Amino acid sequence: MSTNDRPKRRWHILVFLAPAVLVYSALMILPLFGTLRLSLFTAEGQEQVFVGFENFRTLFGDERWSSSFWNALKNNTWFFVVHMLIQNPIGIAIAAMLSSSALRFSSFYRTAIFIPTILSFVIVGFAWKLILSPLWGIAPDMLDAVGLKSLFKPWLGKEEYALTTLALISVWQFVGIPMMLIYASLLSIPDEVLEAGECDGITGMTAFWKLKLPLILPSIGIISILTFVANFNAFDLIYAAQGALAGPNYSTDVLGSFLYRTFFGFQMQLGDPNMGAAIAMMMFLVILIGVCIYLFGIQTRMRRYQF
Amino acid sequence: MNTTKLVSALLASTFLGTAAFAQDVTITIESWRNDDLTIWQDVIIPAFEAENPGIKVVFAPTAPAQYNSALNAKLAAGTAGDLITCRPFDGSLSLYDAGHLAEVGDLENMANFGPVAKSGWSTDDGSATFCVPMASVIHGFIYNKDAFEEVGVDVPTTEGEFFAALDAFKADGNYIPLSMGTADQWEAATMGYANIGPNYWKGEEGRLALIAGTQKLTDPQWVAPYAQLARWGEYMGDGFEAQSYPDSQNLFTLGRAAIYPAGSWELSGFNAQADFEMGAFNAPVQAAGDECYISDHVDIAIGMNASTEHPEEVRTFLNWAGSAEFAGLYANSLPGFFSLSNHSVEMTDPLAQEIVGWRDSCNSSIRPFHQILSRGTPNLANEYWVSSANAIRGSMTPEEAGAHMQDGLASWYEPQQ
Repeated sequence: MSTNDRPKRRWHILVFLAPAVLVYSALMILPLFGTLRLSLFTAEGQEQVFVGFENFRTLFGDERWSSSFWNALKNNTWFFVVHMLIQNPIGIAIAAMLSSSALRFSSFYRTAIFIPTILSFVIVGFAWKLILSPLWGIAPDMLDAVGLKSLFKPWLGKEEYALTTLALISVWQFVGIPMMLIYASLLSIPDEVLEAGECDGITGMTAFWKLKLPLILPSIGIISILTFVANFNAFDLIYAAQGALAGPNYSTDVLGSFLYRTFFGFQMQLGDPNMGAAIAMMMFLVILIGVCIYLFGIQTRMRRYQF
Repeated sequence: MNTTKLVSALLASTFLGTAAFAQDVTITIESWRNDDLTIWQDVIIPAFEAENPGIKVVFAPTAPAQYNSALNAKLAAGTAGDLITCRPFDGSLSLYDAGHLAEVGDLENMANFGPVAKSGWSTDDGSATFCVPMASVIHGFIYNKDAFEEVGVDVPTTEGEFFAALDAFKADGNYIPLSMGTADQWEAATMGYANIGPNYWKGEEGRLALIAGTQKLTDPQWVAPYAQLARWGEYMGDGFEAQSYPDSQNLFTLGRAAIYPAGSWELSGFNAQADFEMGAFNAPVQAAGDECYISDHVDIAIGMNASTEHPEEVRTFLNWAGSAEFAGLYANSLPGFFSLSNHSVEMTDPLAQEIVGWRDSCNSSIRPFHQILSRGTPNLANEYWVSSANAIRGSMTPEEAGAHMQDGLASWYEPQQ
């Protein structure tokens, strides 16, 4: 009898989990450990020699490596801050306007704002380089037309502006993503809630601040974390617009471009996969820590409303 | 059974077919210059085959970006061609060290090449040479002759005259005095620092002293070029900080700029695009009467696959590649790529002729950091892109740029520690 009491082995759980676990392990977990392993070795001639954390010691102990790393991390943080302060509020504002029933042609605006998101980085980088070109660009001409030519600067070539300019280009490209997500969650707010608010005299802007915003906070959280992960993995736009040296004077160098230069080498500089892997591990750690702070520090405290 | 028969029949016919041409030896050239395919097929190879009956040559280029890796893989697998086009310095040196390239220093026509020409394809101590130098690129300034006449400026020979000319164009206002930008950074280094620098560090003398550790990058002769570059900024176009390499080329060929800091590889493009007369001058010296130095950078050479089956035929070709005839054919088919041999080559392109004429009046030197000094991390050949661009933009003083370079070099290069 007792044998019958034992819970049945629930094989189906294993069977159903297997495809996802296998694919994810093969494509994500194994390469991750492969990178970790690579970062613990160094090349001596043709051979890989185990050196423990020596590469990380170099990365943080050697003045040249560490100043490059901290510079990249600092730039990356600023890149992220610009997105958080500009891209996401604008995205939310546009979504709020689009969801208002008074707006005509809203689907046209929605599409138009979303289109840059589907463009290739290379196209975006090249197009903006042309727009902002001091020689042939339309930006100086447009400023000239309104008499503000003196405000024009070769933004992409100045150390103090280049990174912010690139961040704003990226904001232009990706503002459609938060807009779409917020728009979707705004639409999912039941009308009864808003109508109940109206009965209590909460309309217009007050309704947005008091009713809608608290209800879409979880979505804003998700967007923040998506922005964080995407920004700390950024590379494509910098590479397309400024090249692998992330000029001028490394002022647009982010972790991704630093990793690229180190791992694959550049011009006469030979690639160093081991140091590159060490940088990749640091990128992974930075993102992991950021995501953990969000998951355990913020998301668990967020209040959810059931309709 | 049938398949086997068919295969044997095919194999047999292949062997028989080959046997019919067995008196001809075919040798294959590996190269990254796929742009030059027609020149090799129509001009160079027919000339060689006419003189050397019995040797057939096939030019088999790979795309430039894949050349190094493809070549390494083929050499490792033993399927590479008989003749190998050599990149300068460490790229080919590692092939020689690995035993893939044979020594060719004993060829009769190697006597036609000077030590600078051979430096790109010799061991560090110069004892063995493993490729026959083919061509170099020379740096200098290309200028718009019409603009010079219009503004009434003479071709400068000293630094003082150079800046006087730039000032004249600036005052005139119709032309951008100097067509260069710092967005891509490398022009600042190759067309800036490496172009004007040899006059200060006395070409090879300074370059070798740097390798030997007797000069430092903080010495005045290595810092002074940065100081000159720092003065260039005010003569470049508005917003030069964001001006890219193609921008600068277009500005010049459209006739909007007066002087273009150039490499000789620009010639064919400029000849096709500019509709004004162009002239060229070498980097101005500090004071009238000073000896002049030019950057005459070794770029391309050809060597022998050590495991070739036809060493004699390959050596025949390599020897011919060191001849006056080859030098003339190559330099005339590809204006801007100059023969590295000591033969005097008549070139039909007047501008190319003018530029190569500097070799008679000035001393040649290669770019300062390409030999040995670009082996470590940070790589000096890349670092000077950033320092030179910084010097022009003014975000580093010349002294800071020199100190930055010296720190980088001393961090891994023993003779400088």
